[in-house]
Amino acid sequence: MQARPQATSHLPERSLQPKLEVVLRVNGVERRMFLRPWTTLLDALREHLDLTGTKKGCDHGQCGACTVLIDGRRVLSCLTFAVMKDCAEITTIEGLAQNGELHPLQTAFISHDGFQCGYCTPGQICSAVGLIAEGRAKTSDEIRELMSGNICRCGCYPNILAAIESVMQGAKT
Amino acid sequence: MSVGTNSIGKPVSRVDGPAKVTGRAKYAAEFSAPALAYGFVVSSVVAKGRIQSIDRSAALAVPGVIEVLAHDNRPSLPSSHEKYTDQVAAPGSPFRPLYNDEILFSGQPVALVIAEEPEIARFAAGLVEIKYEAEATITELDTQIDKAFEPPEKRAPDWDPPARGDVESALSRAPTHIRKEYRTPVEHHNPMETFGSTAVWENDGRLTVYDKTQGAPNCQEYLCNVFGLTKDKVRVLSPYVGGAFGVGLRPNYQLFMAALAAIGLKRSVRVTLTRQQMFTLGYRPQTIQTLTLGAENDGRLVAVRHDAIANTSRFEDYQEPTVVWSGALYPCDDSALTSSLARLDLFTPCDMRAPGGAVGMYALESAMDELSYAVGVDPLELRLKNYSERDQNQNRPISSKALKDCYLQGAERFGWSKRRPEPRSMREGRELIGYGMATGIWSAFFVPTSARAILAPDGTMEIACATADIGTGTYTILAQIGAEMLGLPLDKVIVRIGDSDLPSAPVEGGSWTAASAGSAVMEACNGIRKELLKRASAINNSPLQGVDAADVTMVDGQIRVKSDPSRAMPLSEVMVSLKEPIRSEVSAAPDERALEEYSHYAHSAVFAEVRLDEELGMLRVARVVSAVAAGRILNPKTAKSQILGAVVGGIGMALHEETVIDHRYGRFMNHNLAEYHVPVHADVHAIDVIFVDEQEHRLNPLGVKGVGEIGIVGTAAAIANAVFHATGVRVRDLPITIDKLLELRQPTSNHAA
Repeated sequence: MQARPQATSHLPERSLQPKLEVVLRVNGVERRMFLRPWTTLLDALREHLDLTGTKKGCDHGQCGACTVLIDGRRVLSCLTFAVMKDCAEITTIEGLAQNGELHPLQTAFISHDGFQCGYCTPGQICSAVGLIAEGRAKTSDEIRELMSGNICRCGCYPNILAAIESVMQGAKT
Repeated sequence: MSVGTNSIGKPVSRVDGPAKVTGRAKYAAEFSAPALAYGFVVSSVVAKGRIQSIDRSAALAVPGVIEVLAHDNRPSLPSSHEKYTDQVAAPGSPFRPLYNDEILFSGQPVALVIAEEPEIARFAAGLVEIKYEAEATITELDTQIDKAFEPPEKRAPDWDPPARGDVESALSRAPTHIRKEYRTPVEHHNPMETFGSTAVWENDGRLTVYDKTQGAPNCQEYLCNVFGLTKDKVRVLSPYVGGAFGVGLRPNYQLFMAALAAIGLKRSVRVTLTRQQMFTLGYRPQTIQTLTLGAENDGRLVAVRHDAIANTSRFEDYQEPTVVWSGALYPCDDSALTSSLARLDLFTPCDMRAPGGAVGMYALESAMDELSYAVGVDPLELRLKNYSERDQNQNRPISSKALKDCYLQGAERFGWSKRRPEPRSMREGRELIGYGMATGIWSAFFVPTSARAILAPDGTMEIACATADIGTGTYTILAQIGAEMLGLPLDKVIVRIGDSDLPSAPVEGGSWTAASAGSAVMEACNGIRKELLKRASAINNSPLQGVDAADVTMVDGQIRVKSDPSRAMPLSEVMVSLKEPIRSEVSAAPDERALEEYSHYAHSAVFAEVRLDEELGMLRVARVVSAVAAGRILNPKTAKSQILGAVVGGIGMALHEETVIDHRYGRFMNHNLAEYHVPVHADVHAIDVIFVDEQEHRLNPLGVKGVGEIGIVGTAAAIANAVFHATGVRVRDLPITIDKLLELRQPTSNHAA
């Protein structure tokens, strides 16, 4: 392989935006990072914090695989720059289990077989946590509608719905 | 040891479930390495022509850019196309990435920018200035029909069986005819995980690659051939695969890129593709199919002709089994089945869930529905009238076929008897209701596979096989088989797969993994059983002395004589005497005679209800019942999910999915998940899955046929037939979108459009 040629003199080096200090509270832990402004929250989690549970399916806000909770609301981390969320409280799939106990949705996804390949699953679960907190979905059709931003190409939708409904019913009783 | 370990056939939850719901499951692009560099692929903006020049200076001027690799500065690569072939390659000359200046398809990878940070690589990729000499492209299949040809080299000779009888004269004698053209578009698999490879450069010159693939050994072999490495220098791992549906069968170019860069830089490199670049990989080809049916007035078939044209690339003759089903499913003495290809300036298509079957059976089962109206026989009754116990293509019996039970149990569950025969005759409020049905069929395979089992003195067993779990449930069913064979609790069986270092396996595809890897694991465990019994018999005063392995059962942590359960010994007692693990490695292969004497198929009957809001034009699939006969079901929970998912794929195929080509530029236009529509939560309503009882004794020792693909075959036809029943409009061009329904809307019956 050839050595990298020196940049020609008439062509100034493209300067990059300097790294900024960003503090995120991720899953209850303060994480201090130096990030360029163009780094998305998704890449900050995956590449800088090694929290690869949050998935990249399209990087365009079209599939929902990157869904995380920011201050309790479901957000697409691929459409969010990390620097925008300085000091925010971020919950990822890695942070849902408490004291070694899985979150009820995690348990329900396993027992209802709400996934196959598992790649959309963290986004589906985080989205469902947000959905339940929003409290708007009352019927199966409303859950379907409000979960439609999370694509599952394996087609587990009926099982995901059953998992979410079982948790919603469990919360009522 | 706990009790109740009988495992096969139980609806146990996935053993990889906890890893997947907590984010611990690591996919190919999630493995790290010290000093990892990031590669970003530059894609060609023209679809055909030559690269005139590459100016990398602006890209290289960006701090953090390490290298820009292209055909003009890459390390040496073999020129022979042979070196780039793989286990699943179509006949022809495989694509050689970065080989020369020739552009063969839009989005072709033409350079790789490697940088210290992923964003820098991506940014700099936009600064690589490439000048092209573009040539005119041909990407419209309709313009190439007269140039269609029969591929000189067949991918599988059985897919185009010779004509039998005299189909033309049989057709001319038949009192009823159907002759219709059906079209299916290009579709992309679009697994949720985009393709990615992390090539880890080990300091001793070995390469460890985490790759998104359905075949780690296939990719290992590919890397060895392309880069001139021996197998001990390359290890490919795919512990978790975020969906694939066929597009991970062949090595994809990100694997080549990551390995090329890692070898060249002697440094670990990760390359991931964007969602847009996912549309530069293989896809389901476009087809134009003509179905000609001749029948008696009561609906019995006398002649079947199925002619299919599909596209391929300029450099490979990709083929799939599209027409073969039309000669195998229904009895008919006169048939002619032909497949031809037309070359377009696109990348080579590849297998997508039930390749050929999904599209070919859409055409056949649509034509059967049209025939049912022509002869005035209920669609289900028509299938029963044309039921066959033999495979006439091969002129041999079918090993097991419980399709009749699928028809009857599916119809019962669905409430088919409530269907009124006339189109547009069922309505509720503003909604027109349609009932449609179709048959599904898919080949059941058993492909030679190796596996290893190691039983440790602590009572845990490790199962190892190079195969993959792409969401299919491989981890779980292999653990169940191991637990069943040794009478162990499920959590005492550890499954290792997705690793080229493990006993060899074919690619994970064709619905053959449960049958093939499953049988290999079963036989490896049989080796452990024999050894265990030998050890048990040798223990002083053993109640098992003189007993043969075939005469014992291992269940609930005990070895028991079948005929006399009082003669038993706890497994733990034998374990105590073990100083080191017991190991058994086998290669399992099918009984060739059984393969020759019988045909092996899985079958299904699919029933669909659609509802159309006539005022708003909203069409939805309200209900699907899929009744499946696929031999023994190892795990009803994960198997049901396979069928559910495939039915959802069938809904997408029927109503949503189409990759649209801009023929001016030879380019896929809707290369993203906003414009390539796949079913979402709101599109999917009730789906009911039935597994009918079917005993299969010949194909493999487990009696398994596989369930990965049968669920999509027939589903699109059942939905299309339901749409006709609801609306009286027959759309013969998938997907059935509202514009087509409106365009064809006329108050007619079967003869519309």
